[in-house]
Amino acid sequence: MPTKVIAGGLATTIQDLGRPGYYHLGIPISGAMDRFALRAANRLVGNDEGAAALEAVFIGPELEFTEDALVAVTGAEMTPKVDGDEQATWTAFPVKAGQVLSFDFLRAGARAYIAISGGIDVPMALGSRSTYAIGALGGFEGRAIQPGDLLPLGKAAPARAGKSLPEALRRGSGSPVELRVLPGLYWHRIVEASQKSFFDDTWKVAPECDRMGYRFRSGKALEFVPREPPFGAGSDPSNITDACYPYGSVQVPGGTEPIVLHRDAVSGGGYFMLGTVISADMDLIGQMQPHTPTRFVKVDMDEALAARHDRQRMLDRMREALA
Amino acid sequence: MKEARYAFGGDEHVFVEVDEEMSLEAFFKSLAITNAVRDSQIKGVTEICPANASFQIKFDPDVIKPDDMLAELKKLEAAAEKAEPRLQTRIIEVPVYYQDPWTHETLMRFRERHQDPNGTDLEYAARINGYGSVADFIAAHSGSPWFVSMVGFVAGLPFLYQMVERERQIQVPKYLRPRTDTPKLTVGYGGCFSCIYSVRGAGGYQMFGITPMPIFDPQQQLNYLSDFMVFFKPGDIVKFQPIDADAYSAAVEEVAADRYVPRIKEVTFALDAFNADIDGYNRKLEEALHAN
Repeated sequence: MPTKVIAGGLATTIQDLGRPGYYHLGIPISGAMDRFALRAANRLVGNDEGAAALEAVFIGPELEFTEDALVAVTGAEMTPKVDGDEQATWTAFPVKAGQVLSFDFLRAGARAYIAISGGIDVPMALGSRSTYAIGALGGFEGRAIQPGDLLPLGKAAPARAGKSLPEALRRGSGSPVELRVLPGLYWHRIVEASQKSFFDDTWKVAPECDRMGYRFRSGKALEFVPREPPFGAGSDPSNITDACYPYGSVQVPGGTEPIVLHRDAVSGGGYFMLGTVISADMDLIGQMQPHTPTRFVKVDMDEALAARHDRQRMLDRMREALA
Repeated sequence: MKEARYAFGGDEHVFVEVDEEMSLEAFFKSLAITNAVRDSQIKGVTEICPANASFQIKFDPDVIKPDDMLAELKKLEAAAEKAEPRLQTRIIEVPVYYQDPWTHETLMRFRERHQDPNGTDLEYAARINGYGSVADFIAAHSGSPWFVSMVGFVAGLPFLYQMVERERQIQVPKYLRPRTDTPKLTVGYGGCFSCIYSVRGAGGYQMFGITPMPIFDPQQQLNYLSDFMVFFKPGDIVKFQPIDADAYSAAVEEVAADRYVPRIKEVTFALDAFNADIDGYNRKLEEALHAN
């Protein structure tokens, strides 16, 4: 029996762990921006970690249940309510047929993950249920959910209400945020003073921040090493011959406002990139609100891999706690 | 050609710049290496993305160490140097309604973001490329075939590289500030690349016209997109065919009724023979396209 959407929130989409394998055709991986929160939410309600759940940005949806289910809300702090009664986040709670799940305003973070026992059972598109709205692919008819949509649910596995992830194992959102960056790609295109100022300055998340990428402002403009533009690159010093963009890569069009590409990344284009946010810090970006002060921290490959391993240990601890 | 430049994109990507500037030689080398990566089935590789004059490999550093990944790619680069620049591919006719009302409406709406607020994108492109009229410019844009040198930006969008001597290649800058809207199936231009916008959305390329032929169909309902939702792949050759408003409307109806079938022919492309006689080679490609 499906769950009925009464209100969609701001841009609530169905996401799982994404759709790898089609980036060479411009179809990005998509999936939860905060994968840790998605995995935890699913585990709390007895789903596979990669089951499809709702990702609600800034404002939660309102959902009417037509069958009994377990729900867990992780990620952003946005208190869930069942027929008006407040529920704890990072904790599985029951919702009965006929009850309405709604949300209080956002207190911290940016994206809440709402897992429902059984998972959301929309059809797979290229191996994933994730919504890629730009391509009208996956999710619910390729778009954010809207009032009147009926979200089909899969078959729930046994799980109990009240299961909770200990606070120490949750990953919240801080401020200021530090994002670790491995310099590289077209790092050599900016002068030494700019290589320094990029990491010294405090940047702020711009209002233009979404699943494609996060834009930052308030830092000093970057200066470029003079050059004769290579054929095909274009005349602006920040242009390159159109190339692929890594997930997490930091492009700075015109040298002014860095953009970090995220799960719905454009797969390529003609702007130089100075480096890439390491995989361990990608989830953090999904919980950043506009205006969040941000420092980029320079790391090398060994530090990036060490951070990756720390993150895997954190995942393992979460899995043990919710086993 | 110089040796390729290798760089890591975080802990999960290797980015390889075959050449800073665009050329068919750089594109062929990039394609040869990425094909070799696919064939070699290196464990831990998760995405293989060829681009115009570069490529990118996404990998899982828990399966293969970044330095080992780099070493594997360098080996394949050495082998790809010896690959003959020859391609079994297809040539596709793409009808284009140049100076159509939809891109015209859009370009007027975003005029303050353009280099030349008093003209159209086509007038500007014709002038800065030394063409006496828009008609002459359209004749040049549709006169030679184009290579699909990259698919990406958004789902299924082809970047197209003009198959003429560098001196004759069209070059135009992108908009001063990107538009927030571009009609679906707009034929655009930026730098030395043409493109076809597969979906409606933001864009910075100059807008020349529109094609009635869908190139991305997430529902996979059209006959020629039923096997896969994305039409183009790197290495495809495209010939633009100018059409008028009536032909455009007729083609749109054909598409709506799913009777539209693109004109496609299998061809072999050999870079050395092409370079030896570009115009002659292009004539033969066009003959192949129209042969019955």
